[in-house]
Amino acid sequence: MSKDTFEIGGKILTSRLFTGTGKYGDDSVIPGVCEASGSEVITVALRRVDLESATGNVMDFIPEHMQLLPNTSGARTADEAVRIARLARAMGCGDWIKIEVISDNRYLLPDGYETVKATEILAKEGFTVLPYVNADLYVAKALVDAGAAAVMPLGAPIGTNRGLKTREMVRILIEEIALPIVVDAGIGRPSEACEAMEMGADAVLVNTAIATASDPVMMARAFGRAVRAGREAYLSGPGAKRVLADASSPLTGFLGGAA
Amino acid sequence: MSFYPLIAAYAEGLPDARFDEFTEQDVHRAINRTTATVEDFMALMSPAASSLLEEMAGKASRLTVQHFGRTVSLFTPLYLANFCTNHCVYCGFNCTNSIHRSKLSLEEVDAEGAAIAATGLKNLLILTGDAPAKTGVDYLEACTRVLNKHFPSVSIEVFALTGEEYARLVQAGVDGMTMFQETYDEELYAVLHPKGPKRDYRFRLDAPERACRAGMRVVNIGALLGLGDWRRDALLTGLHAAYLMHNYPEADVAVSLPRMRPHVGDWEPATIVSDRDMVQFLMALRLFLPRVGITISTRENAEFRENILPLGVTRMSAGVSTAVGGHADESDEEENTGQFDISDARTVDEVCAALRNKGYQPVFKDWEPIFEATGEGL
Repeated sequence: MSKDTFEIGGKILTSRLFTGTGKYGDDSVIPGVCEASGSEVITVALRRVDLESATGNVMDFIPEHMQLLPNTSGARTADEAVRIARLARAMGCGDWIKIEVISDNRYLLPDGYETVKATEILAKEGFTVLPYVNADLYVAKALVDAGAAAVMPLGAPIGTNRGLKTREMVRILIEEIALPIVVDAGIGRPSEACEAMEMGADAVLVNTAIATASDPVMMARAFGRAVRAGREAYLSGPGAKRVLADASSPLTGFLGGAA
Repeated sequence: MSFYPLIAAYAEGLPDARFDEFTEQDVHRAINRTTATVEDFMALMSPAASSLLEEMAGKASRLTVQHFGRTVSLFTPLYLANFCTNHCVYCGFNCTNSIHRSKLSLEEVDAEGAAIAATGLKNLLILTGDAPAKTGVDYLEACTRVLNKHFPSVSIEVFALTGEEYARLVQAGVDGMTMFQETYDEELYAVLHPKGPKRDYRFRLDAPERACRAGMRVVNIGALLGLGDWRRDALLTGLHAAYLMHNYPEADVAVSLPRMRPHVGDWEPATIVSDRDMVQFLMALRLFLPRVGITISTRENAEFRENILPLGVTRMSAGVSTAVGGHADESDEEENTGQFDISDARTVDEVCAALRNKGYQPVFKDWEPIFEATGEGL
């Protein structure tokens, strides 16, 4: 298992759990969450980053070894997402960018069309682009053409903790899209993260479920283990689910063995 | 499109007596619904719900943490001027009140901005009275440009503007607006606003919608509870927020729950909104609109603000003065020129310490200016 790595934007990753920095009652818990989860990639909303702050800055709590994944939270159009991404780079947050284009503050559903536009522009500018989208095959295909480094389909609307509601659509993306598939948003419990990994997702991103747990560090550890368990199950090739028990006497036994 | 015709429709469907018809069973059903309906919101606002506050609290608290985390955004108001041409009978800035009137120069605005920014705050709400000749859009634009140097987010709480004026201010770097309808009762509104531009009920009612269309990112509405029947005003505030969220999903809609406070002048509130009533409204709103922002100002005292924190609150003001200026040079602050008396006079540091003590993270910065005007051309 030690060699089970995957690659995004030229970086080899071992942990398949991405974490976040939003919603914590106290950011000082973030290093503990990173350690307990084993996560190597952490997303941060650029809108919350304040390098000049005298009152504390979320960036101070992100361990050095973590791959920073700034996100464009707050962007309502491709143009705004592009501006935020450029600002993130100018502020020293690196070349990775998670594109979130959300023009709907009620359900927080991503705008696939604007996301593809932003991805195309930013990929050409050398960003490693991880777009957050609905689990839609044609949007995902357009993202591949636009130069995305991974596709991040939602499991359920952001922050709902509803689980893998888009299961069948995510399965199709896993089968059809050659890029890493990172299930992002909606995963509320370790068992759901495990399920996404069993299905063959390359990674999952979990923020709300960890940040709003009574004990975020313990929940982070649970997610880390669940993701590893799901991955191992996937790699080990689980037996197919069957609705009925197998007939004890073979129905084709009369054929007398293989031809 | 306007919320105006809907108010009449709701009034027809909700005669005064109707609130009393809801039963505890209706309230239970409303609490347990995945997505609360308008009917559920009415049940949650009804007298029947007042005995089920603890049950509502559990869900309100869960929903708030789920959608907003254990965080509270902080902002502070800066009163730029108190000139006013209105006669609002309940307001300290009423043009017939003999108070000292002043307006900050751009240099003073800069100094105030620097003083506030030194406390760590990043979200600023600028306020004026209603006197376009003295504090019109040109002045607000100029102030915003000065203040954007200190604050990534500048919001306005000023008189109702036209759509074009909102668009100009958005372009200048304003990203939020607050507009209190005061009361949704049109007849009472006419009585409370006997003269002045604010007398135009409909123009004010449609202001948040015009701001949404102009691209304003955050739109905060509210009714001044106690002016009229608080239950009806609270209900219509929630419905107004739902209307805006439905029609302008790109806007971040928030609701304030201001209660009448003492001020200069002799007008007394029509009804007193008790702490219990206020908590019921707060939680009913959270259950009806899980993603709506809820703002609590320093009209409320420190202890009450801390107690209601887990029940749905997402934004709070801190380090507040309601007098013009009042941040850069405290000795300059004159008695009795504020719009209302504040009840929570704690400093920003004290508010933050109290939030952290309750397990909440005070959020200072929640927006990064990205437009050409302020984004350094990126």
